[in-house]
Order: sequence, then C-alpha cells, then structure tokens
Amino acid sequence: MKKILALMLALAMVFALAACGGTETETQAPSTDAPATEAPATEAPETEAPAAGGIAKEDLKVGFIFLHDENSTYDLNFLNAANAARDALGFTEDQFIYRTNVPEGQECYDAACELADMGCNIIFADSFGHEDFMIQAAKEFPDVEFCHATGTRAHTEGLDNFHNAFASIYEGRYLAGVAAGLKLNEMIEAGEFTADEAKMGYVGAFTYAEVISGYTSFYLGAKSVCPTVTMDVTFTGSWYDETAEKEGANKLIANGCKLISQHADSMGAPTACEEAGVPNVSYNGSTIAACPNTFIVSSSINWEPYFEYMINCVLNGEAIAADWTGTIATGSVVLTEVNEAAAAAGTADKIAEVQAALEDGSLHVFDVTTFTVDGAAMDSYMADVDTDADYTPDTEAISDGYFHESEYRSAPYFDLRIDGITLLDEMF
Amino acid sequence: MPMNKQQQAPLFHISKRKALPWYQAWGIRGAAIILALVVCAVATTLMTGEDPIQVYITMFEGAFGTSRKIWILCQNIAILLCVSLAVTPAFKMRFWNLGAEGQVLAGGLATAACMILLGDSVPNWLLICIMIVASIAAGAIWGLIPAFFKAKWNTNETLFTLMMNYVATQLVAFFVIVWEVPKGAGKIGIINQSSEAGWLPVIGGQKYLLNILIVAALTIGMYVYLQYTKHGYEISVVGESERTARYVGIKVEKVILRTMLLSGAVCGIAGLLLVGGTDHTITTTIAGGRGFTAVMVAWLAKFNPIFMVLTTFLLSFLDRGASEISTIFGLNSSFGDILTGIILFFIIGSEFFISYKLHFRTSGKKEG
Repeated sequence: MKKILALMLALAMVFALAACGGTETETQAPSTDAPATEAPATEAPETEAPAAGGIAKEDLKVGFIFLHDENSTYDLNFLNAANAARDALGFTEDQFIYRTNVPEGQECYDAACELADMGCNIIFADSFGHEDFMIQAAKEFPDVEFCHATGTRAHTEGLDNFHNAFASIYEGRYLAGVAAGLKLNEMIEAGEFTADEAKMGYVGAFTYAEVISGYTSFYLGAKSVCPTVTMDVTFTGSWYDETAEKEGANKLIANGCKLISQHADSMGAPTACEEAGVPNVSYNGSTIAACPNTFIVSSSINWEPYFEYMINCVLNGEAIAADWTGTIATGSVVLTEVNEAAAAAGTADKIAEVQAALEDGSLHVFDVTTFTVDGAAMDSYMADVDTDADYTPDTEAISDGYFHESEYRSAPYFDLRIDGITLLDEMF
Repeated sequence: MPMNKQQQAPLFHISKRKALPWYQAWGIRGAAIILALVVCAVATTLMTGEDPIQVYITMFEGAFGTSRKIWILCQNIAILLCVSLAVTPAFKMRFWNLGAEGQVLAGGLATAACMILLGDSVPNWLLICIMIVASIAAGAIWGLIPAFFKAKWNTNETLFTLMMNYVATQLVAFFVIVWEVPKGAGKIGIINQSSEAGWLPVIGGQKYLLNILIVAALTIGMYVYLQYTKHGYEISVVGESERTARYVGIKVEKVILRTMLLSGAVCGIAGLLLVGGTDHTITTTIAGGRGFTAVMVAWLAKFNPIFMVLTTFLLSFLDRGASEISTIFGLNSSFGDILTGIILFFIIGSEFFISYKLHFRTSGKKEG
C-alpha cells in the first residue's frame, strides 16, 4: 500500500508542478484582459453558404487553429496578426475563436469540425502538418472556407473551399542579404579580411525547399553587392533547438565565417553571434534587445494581410484564391528597422532601392544570370510543385530568365544547389 | 519521516482504516469533489477574474455541448480506457509496466506499415486482418521483451519498460522519415487518403462508434478475465506475494510472461484503433501520454475495469472541458490544466482519507 501512496503522491506532485510551470511562462495572452461574456458553444447555428453574395459583417465568425500557444514565436506571429486583423477590420472578440495547442493529428480535424459547428465561416490552421486534416474537414463542410498556411495541396486537391497561403519570404531574405553584403564590403575595406575570405555562415533547420529557397536568396542578395562572397550552411534538424542552433553558429564562426544568418526559430544563433562579436542577420523579428552590437536587420512574414484578404473575400462573397502568396507589395514580407550600430553605412537606402526594383519587376531574386549550378547556367528546371510521394518533378519553373518561385503554388519549391554555397551537412 | 516508538507521541500519526461502508467512502469522495470545485472557483476568480460558475458551465458544454463533442468525448474515453485496460493485469501482478506508451506506438507503427506497404496490393478485408494480427503481435512483443528479462534475470521492469518507450519513439521517428510525404516534411500525413485502404470500417455513419464498441467489449472481457478465470486468480496471487504463488505451485515466470504478452497485445489494439480507426497517420506523439495517464486511471479504479470507465470518463471530461475553457475565455490552455490538477489532487487525496485515518496527539480530531 505504501507504494500506491507514494505513486499517487508523486503523480499529484507532477500535476501540481506542471500546473505551476504553466502559469510562470504565461506572458501576455492576447485576449485575457477583456472577458468574453457569452459562450457561443451550444447554439451551433447552420452555417450559411459564404459564396452566395457574401455575408453580413456581424454574422461572420473566424476560427483559428494554432499548433502551440503564444509561448512559441511561430504561433505568436500568427496570433498577433489575427489580433491585428480583428482590430483593423473592427470585429468583436467573440467573432474570432482561437484554438491553441492543437496537434497535427485527428485532434486538428476534430477542432476544425467543432469550429464549424460553432458557426465559423472561415477556419484557418497555421502548421504544415495540419493540412491533411483540414482537407478532411473541408470535404465535410463544403460551405465553410478552410485556409491553411504553408501547405502545398490546395492547387491539386480540387476543393473550392480549401486554400493555401504563404509569403514570398525569399524577397525579404534577398534584401536582408543585401544588408549582409554591404556589411562584408565594409569589413573588407576596413582591412579586417580580404575579399576572397568573405564567407558567410547560415544555420538552417532542414535541407528542404523552404530553407534552400531561403538561404539561396539570402546568398544571392549578398552576392549582388559583394561578388566574391561564399557561404557555408549547416542544419540542425529541428525548427527550434536553441543549443543546436548556437553550436551550429559557433562552428561556422570557427570555420572562418564573417557573418551569420539563420532560418530556425530560437535565439541560439543570434546570441552566439553577440558573444563572438560576429554580425548577424536575423529572422522572425528583431533581436536587437538581446544583440545590440551585432544585429543588422531581420526579415519576417506578416500574416495580417492574408487574414484581412480571406475575411474580405467571404464578406464580399468572392472566391478565395487556392494559393495566395503574400509579397513585399501586399505587406506580407517585412523587414525590421536596420540597426545603425551594426550595419554598414547607407544600408537602409540601398535596401529601399533594391526593394523598389523588386516591386516594379525590374529585378528578380532568382535571375539565372546571377548563379550557376555545377558551373553551368540554368535555362530549364523541372520543380516538384504538385505534391506526391515520389517527389516527381512536374513543372517547368525557369522562364523569362528567372526561376519563378512561389508562383505555381504559394509554398516554396526552389531546391537547386547553386555554386558558391557549401553544405556542411544535410538534415531531413 | 520514520515514526520511532518513543515516549514522546508525534503531533499526529496515520493508521490504516478498516474498510469503510460504501456510503461513507462515497461521502468522502463527494466532499472532495465539492472542495475541489470551491478551490477551483477561488483560483479562477483570483487569477483570471472570470465568473467560476460560467467556467464550470463552459467545461460542461465543452464535453457535452453538441453531439460531435459527445462523440469525441466517448472516443477519448475509449482510447484511454483501452490503454488502461492493457496496463491493469500487469499492475495487478505488481509488474510496473510503464511502457504502455511504447507498446501503443509499436502497435500503431505495425498498423501504419501494413497500410503503407500493402495498401494497394491486397484486398481491403485481408489488409485489415493483417493489420489486426500485426498490431497485436507488435504490441505483444514490445511488452514481452521486458517481461522475459524480468522472468529470467529479474531485471528492473520499471526502468526497462520506460526505456522501451524511447526505443519505440525513435523507431517511429525513423520510419516517419522513411515514409514522409512530401520529402522533408517530417510528416506522413493521412495514409491512403484517397483509397482509404486499411481504414477500419465506419459503422452506423459514426467515425468513432467502432472504437467505442471494441473497447466496450474489451472492458467486459478484461473484467471477466481478471475476476473469474484461473489466469486472473494467478495474477492476483503473484501480485499479493510471489513466494506464496511459488508455494502453491504457480509458475511465476510463466504468469509474468503471459500477462505482459496480454498487456502488450491490448496496447497493440489501442495502436490499431488510433492509426487504423481514427487518425490514419502515425507520429511519435500519437499515444499522447496515455500510457502514463493510464497508470493513474488503473490505480484510481483499483484495477477494476468497470470502475475504470468512471475514472477515464472523469479524466477525459476534465481534459475536454479544460480545452473548451481556453477557447471560450481566451485563456492560456495551462489554466485549464491548473483546474484539472486541483480536481485530481483532491480526488487522489480523498482515496488517501478513505484508506487511512489521521490521529492527532491532543484530541481525536479527524479530517475527511
């Protein structure tokens, strides 16, 4: 019996501890302050068909499915955008329903169906692994619009009410790369190293298109102002692993990298750079508070324009695009303020100039004249745009002299290994 | 805190009660729940400023608000109950099987392997038969390995089963990478979404009904097995005292092996129901900690499969209610976990006061 008692007490303590841990980390829950007075759970009104001439604003309900809660920077970015869209469009709190901590499994399907039961006209999910379950729910509720970030299947699934969205973040990374190249030039001029030694380091999460597209555009941005630059890339095999990201950055610095950037969600790489005094181009938002001496600039995706787009479509009775790619022009791809303390002089002006060229179409990030693969220029590349188990290349992506990234579907599919970039390892 | 038999009496001491009449025992449990609700109400008001009554109503609606919610609740109960049923015979034998998580994963992985590798090549009925055999075998083997070492060399089964969980998790992680779609996604996604090959049949138009019926049958089966069969009796004798069991001629090693085979096999069925019945995918987290929650379920119900229906109901209800609170009130989901923690704390505590009595030095004051 003692064992029973011990076990039970242990369990009780585990629960108590887990509960305590939760409160400490609870920072600013986006909508805690104002209480939602009525519980709309039970009414479950019949959802009206949104396509038929739109619906009244006060009848609209939007459901959001988040993989984690506000303690994850990834989900916080979506939560903040949803709150911003709600305020900008003038909706009340109980018209936006948030489900947090929804795993990428049957729970996602259940959550989507419950939101539909509650009368949501639009249901949005933020994580790649939610896609299959959103499609399952979309088939069951043809009158509800299902929108999914980062997914790849909307354009081949043939459902009128399932949509993918992403942003042309490669443009943002290209601009950030320009800032990196200028910094390298400044350091070369100051005699810190020779032009041939100009090598950057990049800490990526996984070796697949989303990350490859990101680091390649970053590299091309740097190369456009600093032609001799090369780059080493290392992968952590995780979207969030502070230790691995920090170690990766330290390894790159030890290998002679003069500037570091990253595509992963922790503060690992930026803090490693600050400690080593190596300039850093960040991602997902400014890290200037933690890295005042080394932070140059950061690119990130702002989801608010997409949320406003999908809501306005439903309000006006218009169809939502199967694939929606946010750009610099839509305000979906944003750069933080340049940190004058770390960046080269004139960085902000140069970024503005390049951004204008990207926006008016005179400049393309993946211009085939700016890079080679195995020593040869590319004039044709079949990309794997339509998702299938065998990764069959199916779509010609190069035309008019550049690689058309994020045009045939919203999620990135650029996965060429271009010259000048060395992959130290691979991680799937 | 050893209580030495000295002249100085301790401030209080604990003694085992005689069995309480059922109405007193349930009275203590009822009081504990009321107390728990009061503490939760105070916590809610202090921490969030929400109306506690409204919070309780929301919890209730989260579990029962719509027919879909009731089905989901029943499904959650069914899967948790299935895993709890699986660990029960082992626990009754005082074999600390903390490896249910891994055994469920092994069963699920076998199911997924059949669905992916044989999906197009064999007829559906045959595929489902193969899946059933494979999942049960995989779970059983995963349970048998620690039992074998325990029976042969008396290894520590707690550590062994616990570590088998990690092996299973890594195996699943490995095969997720092998079968991921698209490459680099780190996810298998829904298996055979278009052909629905290997999906367990939907009966009566209700996705979760089959799972619920299977687990209901398992519950009755397990009750009969533990209560009325020779095997069940042997399990309780081994659990009470291995020496006694040996003395009366029970082959303890054989009982350990047989019971863990059963325990693992039922976990394998849980894996089958999860992968083949509802989720149609496999992830490293598909067992969702149920292997450990099941430990609590089994203990709270004192290894009685019929009571376990009640305890799984309680835990699943709290879980669903907590998630509804965070959605409706826009609170962090940790707040729902706090309420669940408080309620469980009191319920587990009440079991203590049902079995034990506190004696204070000065007076015969009791707590209940």
